[in-house]
Amino acid sequence: MNDIETKGLTKRFKEKTAVDGLDLTVKQGELFALLGVNGAGKTTTIKMLSGLLVPTAGTATVLGYDLATQLPEIKQRIAVSPQETAVAPNLTVRENLELIAGIYGSSRAQAREKTAALLDELHMQEVAKSRAKTLSGGWQRRLSIAMALISEPQLLFLDEPTLGLDVLARRELWQVIRSLKGRVTVILTTHYLEEAEALADRVGIMASGRLLHCGTPRELMDLAGEEKFEDAFVKLAGGEVQ
Amino acid sequence: MKRTLWFAGRNLKEMLRDPLSLFFGIVFPIILLLLLSFINRSIPAEAQMTLFEIESLAPGIGVFSLSFIALFTAMLISKDRGSSLILRLYTSPLTGSNFILGYLLPLLPMAAIQLLVCFAASMVIGLPLRSEILLCVAVSLPIAVVNIALGAIFGSCLTEKAVGGVCGALLTNVSAWLSGIWFSLDLVGGAFKTVAYVLPFANAVDACRAAMEGRLQDIWQTLWVVCAWAVGLLAVAIVLFTRKMKAK
Repeated sequence: MNDIETKGLTKRFKEKTAVDGLDLTVKQGELFALLGVNGAGKTTTIKMLSGLLVPTAGTATVLGYDLATQLPEIKQRIAVSPQETAVAPNLTVRENLELIAGIYGSSRAQAREKTAALLDELHMQEVAKSRAKTLSGGWQRRLSIAMALISEPQLLFLDEPTLGLDVLARRELWQVIRSLKGRVTVILTTHYLEEAEALADRVGIMASGRLLHCGTPRELMDLAGEEKFEDAFVKLAGGEVQ
Repeated sequence: MKRTLWFAGRNLKEMLRDPLSLFFGIVFPIILLLLLSFINRSIPAEAQMTLFEIESLAPGIGVFSLSFIALFTAMLISKDRGSSLILRLYTSPLTGSNFILGYLLPLLPMAAIQLLVCFAASMVIGLPLRSEILLCVAVSLPIAVVNIALGAIFGSCLTEKAVGGVCGALLTNVSAWLSGIWFSLDLVGGAFKTVAYVLPFANAVDACRAAMEGRLQDIWQTLWVVCAWAVGLLAVAIVLFTRKMKAK
């Protein structure tokens, strides 16, 4: 079963076309990475699929629901971790998690239970009582992802989840993201090539709003005739391979 | 409703943990109250100036202090709009009404507490303890809703920086001048008085003073104007916030 299917999905802002006729299929349980340089259209794609932006043209189904007419059903089942850290600064880590659980329909007892379980799973007990604004960048990003997970989404959008983090914090977050494989469908946008290669089941390469190529990292390297993923990306994103 | 309450709880915590909100909401009105009471003691009795007498001053300052609620609301909403948290919340099942009610609900008890603290301080400097004080608090709640709705409107349209100027300086001053707290509107008269009584602020102060003086029959004469503004502005706030939410 496919969790995402788009046909000709397009978003135009006045003269600029941010996403141009996107045909994309993402299978259930897959970790799919959208890879591209800045301005490729990755974030706009996520914003359209999560209901933040209305597409200019094209159609999409998300988890079997029509994006244009069944947005409330979609919203109940997805979660988004935006590009910038999205936490309530004056709330503690625990309060942030309970807040999101509650907004997605949990009772107080359920919210407390889910929060405790997630704090354990993501090894966040040591910062549970700290206010979000006092956390380091790495911890804030981890909290941001935890807030996306607390609602137990079927589909999770991670927009540049490790942007600006140091190597150690990035590797720790990779562990968290890897642990989601199979149980949640994940759409990850990144411009870190090694991140896409290390984490993704399949990678879609975007440039100038268009999806140029799609496949496993190995398939893309074979297509480009390169042994390094970075070289393959440069060739494919640069349009050297049709 | 459950979702609204969760969001309202978060907003309450954000505000209570912001020392600036507490200063402007609680401490600043008390400073004003004390200052004007001291000025009143220096005014000779022959001047027959009753405006700053505590029975008249307390309801006025109480209503004026609620204009800071507009600032808190606007700051909170504009800050939220500028952060990524709102993007996360926009993708959640929260609707436009959930958002506005979530901002409104924690502010109403906060307004009531603000008024009670103001009247408690007034009692220290001479206001007799009387049951009308509670009535005065209840009568002031519609103007609290007006201010919350104004805050939601400005917070939905303006940036965090602009909100400080518009709600912090402009709105608090306009509401003060047009409320009849600092000077009698009868003294100015004319178009100024007419405009003041079309707007909700002076009507709110009059209703509150009527409540404080136990003139129950006079309360509704002006309170209905405040209620009408409250309902209208709240509707505008919901529509505007929902539009902005969709535009995102």
